[in-house]
Amino acid sequence: MNRLLFRHARLLDPGSGLDAAGDLLVEGGRIAAVAGDISSADAEIVHADELCLAPGLVDMRVQLREPGAEHMESIETAGEAAAAGGITTMVALPNTDPPVDDVSVVEFLARRAREVRLAKIHTYAAATKSLTGRDLTEMGLLSANGALGFTDGVKAVADALVMRRVLAYARTFDLLVLQHPEEPSLAGAGEVNEGETATRLGLPAITPVAEVIMIERDLRLVEITGARYHAAHVSTAAGVEAVRRAKAQGLPVTCDTAPPYFALNETAIGDYRTFAKLSPPLRSERDRQAVIEGLRDGTIDAIASDHAPWDQDSKRLPFSSAAYGIVGLETLLPLSLELYHNGHLSLLELVRRLTANPAGLLRLPVGRLTPGAPADLVLFDPDQSWRISTDEFRSKSKNAPFDGRPAQGRVRRTIVDGRTIFQA
Amino acid sequence: MHGATREAVFPHRHLLGIEGLSPEDINHVLDLADGYVELSRQAEKKRALLRGRTIINCFFENSTRTRTSFEVAGKRLGGDVINMSVAASSMHKGETLIDTAMTLNAMHPDVLIVRHPESGAVQLLSEKLDCAVINAGDGSHEHPTQALLDALTIRRRKGRLGGLTVAICGDVLHSRVARSNIALLNTMGARVRVVAPRTLLPAEIERLGVEVFYDMAEGLADVDIVMMLRLQSERMHGAFVPSTREYFHFFGLDYDKLRAAKPDALIMHPGPMNRGVEIGSEVADDIDRSLIRQQVEMGVAVRMACLEILTRDLGNGPPSMAGY
Repeated sequence: MNRLLFRHARLLDPGSGLDAAGDLLVEGGRIAAVAGDISSADAEIVHADELCLAPGLVDMRVQLREPGAEHMESIETAGEAAAAGGITTMVALPNTDPPVDDVSVVEFLARRAREVRLAKIHTYAAATKSLTGRDLTEMGLLSANGALGFTDGVKAVADALVMRRVLAYARTFDLLVLQHPEEPSLAGAGEVNEGETATRLGLPAITPVAEVIMIERDLRLVEITGARYHAAHVSTAAGVEAVRRAKAQGLPVTCDTAPPYFALNETAIGDYRTFAKLSPPLRSERDRQAVIEGLRDGTIDAIASDHAPWDQDSKRLPFSSAAYGIVGLETLLPLSLELYHNGHLSLLELVRRLTANPAGLLRLPVGRLTPGAPADLVLFDPDQSWRISTDEFRSKSKNAPFDGRPAQGRVRRTIVDGRTIFQA
Repeated sequence: MHGATREAVFPHRHLLGIEGLSPEDINHVLDLADGYVELSRQAEKKRALLRGRTIINCFFENSTRTRTSFEVAGKRLGGDVINMSVAASSMHKGETLIDTAMTLNAMHPDVLIVRHPESGAVQLLSEKLDCAVINAGDGSHEHPTQALLDALTIRRRKGRLGGLTVAICGDVLHSRVARSNIALLNTMGARVRVVAPRTLLPAEIERLGVEVFYDMAEGLADVDIVMMLRLQSERMHGAFVPSTREYFHFFGLDYDKLRAAKPDALIMHPGPMNRGVEIGSEVADDIDRSLIRQQVEMGVAVRMACLEILTRDLGNGPPSMAGY
């Protein structure tokens, strides 16, 4: 039986609160033992030399372009990028072509993931058929076949009655509903955050209130349906505050954010940089600070990459014509580590938001260093200095506004079910 | 300007916006344009300055006035002016803006004059081209030659720009003319106001250095210049304002509202006008107060000056296609 022994690692297990030097033994694809000092005669030894050993990252929002747009990203290239980013589980949005609104597409993704055998791939399914915001999908059957939650992806379920039914039906089967929280009738044709930057550039703007209006509407619907609700990539101070209040009230509500919302603000658009065009848009500095505070006090449960690959033809366009989104698999950990290096979060709390928390709200048996759990691990150096280079991304698309950004902290090794899928 | 190098006179390869121009840059264009006003009034208007130069008018959005003004300016300087209406050609075939840029680039133009419906598109084009680029209006962003011609019009009448108070009235939200004028007038030391209903003002416009008013009588009090902006028809009927009738009642310029301004206040409009919407005919046609026709005349002179400035440092074309 294959054995792998990590010696002298800094073990980080948010589930148990462990942050201590020690050893970890992997056997048969599972964690066999976690202790201060382990000896195993026939195991392959990895000398961790005080590097951090943590559960592999669980990235709860990734756009795959397979099926339908494999020239921008395939399950294979996304898997390689995830592996290089220390991600061992990723959850795909349903906005592929065809969309994930049918059991057959869920099965297709599962089969492709088995073939590629890199990071584990799960998927959400569409909340409404063809993502049109009207008719409910077969949520029960989709869930039984592996869909982890229900969402219309990068579009909000706008109609309040449809959303009520999505939530009520989801509650019947105790399913998770995820919302892209932006009121589309208020966002209109807007592209960037309303404020001085938008005004100077003459770009159509979205008021930041469009986020909290949708969250607060949904929270009222959660109150009457009792469904588990998750607000995706929260980006405004008011949005964070709405979730904070709902949690205090005891509602079954969670939320996440993505690195651009705490690493950048709206000024990153500069002179019409389409790589900084995303949805929701980059916000004001005040909002950025509020997102950090939300992460700090636990209002924001998770950090997801929000990986959105686009080829050059989709981004080398005038700003208004360019696609929304940036790639994020390979920068999720280093950008998140800025929160640790800047003193906002301890290393253990940061790792919690990248592993145990998303795994917990998705009810996945990963994200922890407990004997018997799948050996999904990341070994990383939290201090190594390097410079992000988009040219070196394994992702097929290179659309990120972080090229040249100095980073601190880098993945050394990524392990899925005891198999090394990446080694620096 | 003895001993001044060219770089010091107008150190820009393109004219993409007013933002980034110094007072010296602006005065340099206006001084040169002054001379071209006189030239254009003579019977013999033609110069050979741009002989052999190719100027392409590349308009991704319909425009008769601006395109014609650039065409006249280029021809008066002896250049070969080609008009390309792209709205009607390649964009419909799915060609991207950058493909279009590369195609045009291969024809070795010396100056490309571009209008595009999207903010920032002209800058994007300029990054891919070897020739000089003049922004003839990009989305809601900038329209620098309009602001320069407005400045020339004001300067010739008032003798200066600094110290004047200028009210820009109407659809500031969608207006590239407003943004360029705010930048220019602030750079030249004028005081700028904007006057509009709140639906037609972008957020944090005061950060651009303007005083904001929502009432014409207050906004026009003691101003030297009233600049009216065009309100496009698709925005008139309930989208941003309820009706043309209501808009004219509260924000259209007539003698009644003009009374708040200085007795010698002058009226401007970038055209084309919507008579009875943002401006009443009697005011627009007042030969003592309205500068609207002078603006058109100054437009040609300013564009001649811009063409001269941007072409005078050009050598024998870029080396990018050498070897063929």
